[in-house]
Amino acid sequence: MTPTTSTAPALTDPAATDSAVQPHVTADGRQIGGVLMDMRNITLRFGGVVAIKDISFDIREGEIRAIIGPNGAGKSSMMNVMSGFYVPQEGEVWFRGQRRPQMKPYEVARLGIARTFQNIALFDGMSVLDNIMTGRLTMMKSSLLEQALWWGRAEREETWHREKVEKIIDFLEIQNIRKTPVGRLPYGLKKRVELARALAAEPKLLMLDEPMAGMNVEEKEDMSRFILDVNDEFGTTIALIEHDMGVVMDLSDRVVVMDYGRKIGDGTPDQIRSNQQVIDAYLGVAHD
Amino acid sequence: MLYREAGDFKTSYREDSQTFPLRLDRWGYYATLAVAFLVIPLVINDYWANAVLVPFLVYSIAALGLNILTGYAGQVSLGTGGFMAVGAYATYKLSTSFPDISILIHILLAGGITAVVGMLFGLPSLRIKGFYLAVATLAAQFFLVWLFNKVPWFYNYSASGQITAPERTVLGWFVTGPQTSAPAKYLVCLVFAVGLAWIARNLTRGTVGRKWMAIRDMDIAAEIIGVNPLTAKLTAFAVSSFFVGVAGALFFSVYLGAAEVGEAFGINKSFLILFMVIIGGLGSIFGSFAGAAFLVLLPVLLKNVLVGTLGWPTDLAAHIELMIVGALIVVFLIVEPHGLAQLWRLTKEKLRLWPFPH
Repeated sequence: MTPTTSTAPALTDPAATDSAVQPHVTADGRQIGGVLMDMRNITLRFGGVVAIKDISFDIREGEIRAIIGPNGAGKSSMMNVMSGFYVPQEGEVWFRGQRRPQMKPYEVARLGIARTFQNIALFDGMSVLDNIMTGRLTMMKSSLLEQALWWGRAEREETWHREKVEKIIDFLEIQNIRKTPVGRLPYGLKKRVELARALAAEPKLLMLDEPMAGMNVEEKEDMSRFILDVNDEFGTTIALIEHDMGVVMDLSDRVVVMDYGRKIGDGTPDQIRSNQQVIDAYLGVAHD
Repeated sequence: MLYREAGDFKTSYREDSQTFPLRLDRWGYYATLAVAFLVIPLVINDYWANAVLVPFLVYSIAALGLNILTGYAGQVSLGTGGFMAVGAYATYKLSTSFPDISILIHILLAGGITAVVGMLFGLPSLRIKGFYLAVATLAAQFFLVWLFNKVPWFYNYSASGQITAPERTVLGWFVTGPQTSAPAKYLVCLVFAVGLAWIARNLTRGTVGRKWMAIRDMDIAAEIIGVNPLTAKLTAFAVSSFFVGVAGALFFSVYLGAAEVGEAFGINKSFLILFMVIIGGLGSIFGSFAGAAFLVLLPVLLKNVLVGTLGWPTDLAAHIELMIVGALIVVFLIVEPHGLAQLWRLTKEKLRLWPFPH
């Protein structure tokens, strides 16, 4: 993916360029472009409980952006705000240089934002292939009548999208299970199918909520490889929540650290490692 | 040995996504169609048409409709009888008001009218789920029956409150009314059943079917990947009601000839069709036919055995029959909760390996 045209965001959104790093090329040769998603002063409350308190951060095109924090820090809530599932009481979400109005989750999906879930949210009654095909539903244009008669666009679309989906199946190495009902698969493979479904949507922004939770070392290595490959080959921007510090520090370009609904750190993995507030949150502080 | 997929290679995705990917299945399907269209019409008599084949085909269409809604889209409905009544009364009003237009078109239009009514009663599904939705559709059932009883316009102010199918022909053959021959009745229902089953299959293997199943399996995830729950649920209600409406139209005009709404389309009908769908297998086209066959044929079979072979008095046999059918349904659901379709799938799995155990 090429970096966004630099004019479009600047015209509509002068604030975006202020704080952010300029577009650059990383050490391993990946293009980091302009700001793709900008979260500005987000506050989310559930009744009296403040889940997210005045958090701002941005995600740049082509980067892998991690959100970390102890349990209950508000990471998943943040992801739900990003995917339109929760509506924040205060703050703005900017996407591709435009302020995103309040949207239903299925409208957000059409903007090019796909995600996976902490607890796998696959369609158990459908085969792996059908599950991944659902990822392309937003691109299907044929009418109900055409589908009923399996005629014209309906059939062409089915074949065309099947080809695309097969590429993702190859990419994630799940060819042998494509006709298996998802309910019968082991946990690690389900996580992979869920990633495939999100990828099938060809998202601009891919959000992964704990993609490696409950996996053994080998499976984590596989998943890390897939995440890096997705970022590298398709140029997909990735937002990632993960608990495994080793994985986060290795994979991500920049990290946001949350604790009790506040942002306590934001920067490259090296900066985060040496941030005293982050160390305190993770290792605890001695109380006198 | 006999039933296997070895050597049956697919070289395009189009071939791979066809309805019967296995050659043997395909031949079986063509053979069934050939027998149904070419052989049965020649040998059918009034008894077979009225007691077995016509009700089987009509109930299959209704079961297909409910299966789309409940089995594929996961929305429970107890309003099937009411929606069948809409189809029946719509055909009646249309065919008496516009006698020059073919009854076949009226039947399809009646399906369309039922689709609109079904969407209307499907609106609560956007807010409520499961048992609560079932209760809401139950309200539709009672309301529609009440409506057709209370408003004389629907039955053209006839003194008995009944509706009677006018005599209509297709290509010079009577298809409704007392002069209709057994093959004509059967063929009309067969054409509708085969056509609608084909449409159901097309819809469920493509985009809209995936939307329905996504909503059924996990509505939140479905919404996150871009399924609009409003349109997905309402199309399910519309398509399902179309099928049920056509079934109601055929049930009244071709099968019964005359109907009284509470008797023909009461709550019993809703439950009967729900049983067919559950016994046949939720989310299966074949299951809809299997379930309908099971519940239509079983009573006929029992009656023949009890009265014909064992020589029991008819009234006793009728009561025992109800008990046996009920008991069989319970036994069946315990043994195979996923229905006849699953049983069929398992049989095919076994056949693939037979005579070897692994």
